[in-house]
Amino acid sequence: MDVEASVREVVGRQGRDATRLLQILIALQDRLDWLPPAAITAVAAELGLPRARVEGVAGFYSLLHGTPAGRYRIRFSDNITDRMQGSEALRKRLCHLLWTECGKTSEDGLVSIGTTSCTGMGDQGPALLVNGRAVTRLDAARIERIAELVRGGVPLDDWPAEFFRVEEGIRRRGPLLGTPFEPGSALRAAIARGRTGWGEEMARSGLRGRGGAGFATATKWQACRDAPGADKVVVCNADEGEPGTFKDRVLLAHEAERVFEGMTLAAWATGARTGFVYLRGEYRFVLDALQAVLARRRAVGLLGMGILGEAGFDFDIEIHLGAGAYVCGEETALLESLEGRRGTPRIRPPFPVTHGYLGRPTVVNNVETLALATWIALEGGAAFAATGTPRSTGTKLLSVSGDCARPGVYEFPFGVTVAEVLEECGALDTLAVQVGGASGVTLAGHEFGRRIAFEDVPSAGAFMVFDGRRDPFEIAHAFVEFFAHESCGFCTPCRIGTTLLKNDLDKLARGVGGKVDLANIEWINRLLRNASHCGLGSSAPNPVEDGLAKFRPAWERRLRSLEFEPAFDLDAALGPARRMTGRSDPGAHLDREESSQ
Amino acid sequence: MSGQFQLDGQAVPFEDGQTILQAARAAGRYIPHLCWHPDFPPHGSCKLCVVKVGGRHLSSCAAPAVEGIEVESDTAELRAERRALLQMLFVEGNHFCPSCEKSGHCQLQAQAYEHEMMSARFAYFYPPRPVDASHPDIVLDFNRCIFCELCVRASREVDGKNVFALSGRGIHKHLVVNAESGRLADTDFAADDLAANICPVGVILHKRQGFRVPIGERPYDARPISRVELAAGGREADE
Amino acid sequence: MSTSGSSAGPRKLRVATTSLAGCFGCHMSFLDIDEYLFDLLDRIEFDRSPLTDLKHCGPCDVGLIEGGVCNAENVHVLREFRKNCKTLVAVGACAINGGLPAQRNHLELGACLQEVYAFRDGLSGSGIPNDPELPLLIDQVHPIHEIVRVDYFLPGCPPSGAAFRAFLTDLIAGRTPRLDYPAIRYD
Repeated sequence: MDVEASVREVVGRQGRDATRLLQILIALQDRLDWLPPAAITAVAAELGLPRARVEGVAGFYSLLHGTPAGRYRIRFSDNITDRMQGSEALRKRLCHLLWTECGKTSEDGLVSIGTTSCTGMGDQGPALLVNGRAVTRLDAARIERIAELVRGGVPLDDWPAEFFRVEEGIRRRGPLLGTPFEPGSALRAAIARGRTGWGEEMARSGLRGRGGAGFATATKWQACRDAPGADKVVVCNADEGEPGTFKDRVLLAHEAERVFEGMTLAAWATGARTGFVYLRGEYRFVLDALQAVLARRRAVGLLGMGILGEAGFDFDIEIHLGAGAYVCGEETALLESLEGRRGTPRIRPPFPVTHGYLGRPTVVNNVETLALATWIALEGGAAFAATGTPRSTGTKLLSVSGDCARPGVYEFPFGVTVAEVLEECGALDTLAVQVGGASGVTLAGHEFGRRIAFEDVPSAGAFMVFDGRRDPFEIAHAFVEFFAHESCGFCTPCRIGTTLLKNDLDKLARGVGGKVDLANIEWINRLLRNASHCGLGSSAPNPVEDGLAKFRPAWERRLRSLEFEPAFDLDAALGPARRMTGRSDPGAHLDREESSQ
Repeated sequence: MSGQFQLDGQAVPFEDGQTILQAARAAGRYIPHLCWHPDFPPHGSCKLCVVKVGGRHLSSCAAPAVEGIEVESDTAELRAERRALLQMLFVEGNHFCPSCEKSGHCQLQAQAYEHEMMSARFAYFYPPRPVDASHPDIVLDFNRCIFCELCVRASREVDGKNVFALSGRGIHKHLVVNAESGRLADTDFAADDLAANICPVGVILHKRQGFRVPIGERPYDARPISRVELAAGGREADE
Repeated sequence: MSTSGSSAGPRKLRVATTSLAGCFGCHMSFLDIDEYLFDLLDRIEFDRSPLTDLKHCGPCDVGLIEGGVCNAENVHVLREFRKNCKTLVAVGACAINGGLPAQRNHLELGACLQEVYAFRDGLSGSGIPNDPELPLLIDQVHPIHEIVRVDYFLPGCPPSGAAFRAFLTDLIAGRTPRLDYPAIRYD
């Protein structure tokens, strides 16, 4: 296809709007399989942007390809839970069947196979993305079939539908998931209270943000409402990238009315007229359904001008896709991405409530937070606050995955103990639980009496279970790899420190660590925690610190000596010269025995 | 409005709107920095200006000065952390000072001297980063880039040219130029652009100018960067 | 312990020095301490060093290593020093960051060897030398702290005579070596 014609058409469809740059690049890649330099040049010309800026944005997002990629672009979800379900062997098998190497594009340009961070299918993994579409429940048979379909050049639309089926995954329903919801009902209740009354009801509820930080939602809304500027914005953060979290996937797929109504409730409280959903690229499978819900809500007067006949209550919602960048879950990075830029977190203050999207007062709320607002509107803040604990009101959706009989989404009142969750999901012989994802906390057995609550164990929703067969070092190692892959690279400690940490853990994994490496790791952790620009860097040490504190023997048994060990294999480092010279004499080798000094 | 705060136990006055670093500098007190530049808004990426306020680490280039706060900067702890940040920058790129024209003029090197960095501690990455010598007057040696984005900002905001941008992510982040060929010669870059004269390290170098200043007379040969900077700001601290 | 007033003075520190992948420039600079060398010789004695021409290192107090690690022999020598020296010092840019020899690190070793022994005028056709007497090259040049534990670093290309003098004075006196501002230099 002619590159320039494609660019003209795609840019035209996106309204020649530079804030939609990421959306343009995603749409272009759908057509061209990758983003060739000529396409970058053409996009820049069409939008009147510097080419370097377009190249900078295209290079930031890991689902966009700046080098030739296959017509089938397959990315295996690489969370620890996928690995536990055998994803690495399945990936190798597919590479073998398709005669290609992981991380490369086959020579005929047919397929490229690689990995990507957790795709949010922890309850039905191992999973992969093919051209952005999620395939779940991989097994040997499915991999064989995928290889045949790829080799046969079968269009994705003709692949077996069950490959793309994402099951509902709800295991425990509470007031949010268990109560039928009539679209518009919450809005009517909130409008009846008036904007101020509705804000007060939210304050009574004590609702705190479900993205993990736990900021009081009513306070955020009030601050946005009070901020100068007429063009306020509500953003739904659906960039659920925390490994092992998939509760927003369930809400978007099955409670979209509540999510959009929650956004509209936020607009009623703040006076916002513009809404965005920032949907992680991995959840593209819900996009069409979400658009349909938006259309329906517009048709019945729940979006648009004069919502529910209320003069001046104008609000509409637009969906933007992400393209593989965990850091965009950080609200200011998300806003940068929404503006069509690299997803680099901003300096705060100022905060988004005063200077957010395009400098306008903006509230950014998690999907679950917004959905919960409907409950508050319908039942009242006091009723909501009666559930949970005094400081953590309401219920919490937990995405349970890993070693348990019944993985899925569970709605529990805040304050539930880890042991109760383990009991209900059918976990046996549990060694550790990772609560809150890679950036969360690793709990050992003696802590299973602790409670899921902001005041005890806060969680953005992930609950990954590891039983006695698992190696705690490998858990931390997987998360450290994740952070190194997802660091945006803006600040020194995170850009370099996450890779240093990964290199050190790789060294331990190879069984050639020395005690000095543990000291190095602690020092890098300190830099990450203290000096990082945002939460990604400052929480990157969490799995390592928890691992070292709670499962230290698993680390120490990987040490080769109590002294210094080189990070690389000296004998292997002589390999290229041995090959070039054909030598194999004793002088052409370096033994290891000497090295422990 | 104005007020004062304590920096390492000494009072520093500030005007409303000043950051901790700005106020300190105006008072003749130096807080180390690499990506901060007096003519540009704070960037906050190098983290060298990290200070502690109330037990919390902050970027002093971006944190507003607040009445009465007690700021720690020149402490053993923060010096060690800054040294470690410099060590990270040294292992990330290819910083071979003896063969660099910027040696003696380089802020990264000068900060490392100031912080008594005797080695880079960590294992070097030795990334492959080709040099771009296509431009008639300027050579780009990406080996030394520390991602302060001063060239990006200067070209965009002052020169109005957008010659530079960052692409890639994380440890793969890299500087790109505004041309499909990727060559500086194919941009409208000029040697008298501000962006050509703002690089704190040895990435953007003027051809035919190298090693003009004899060793011993270069900016950081005799005096540490803290003294040079404050002198340049016209407010050198009393000896 | 020696008693005060003893004519023998304190026991001399035994010092070994070597150059791995270096140019001996650091050694030359060491000699730039000029007449201080005489004072120094009251306090130290040399073991293996280009100054003594001893080929192997015995038990020492201090080992000074110039140069990075680019071949198998460098590794053996470095390990010998680490085994025998209580305090090991990386001296100069090459020992500390690989220096000039490490400029080959972004090139594939095979391509380097081909370039020299297969394609260069005069040498082409001679083949890549494979005599077991020749130390085999490592794929990348490494600073010495990536191979063994290093106690101190004395930067510079080379470190100045004054830096050597200040550093050794501290070491002999039993102080943690510390260089004042102008003495810390990477070039």
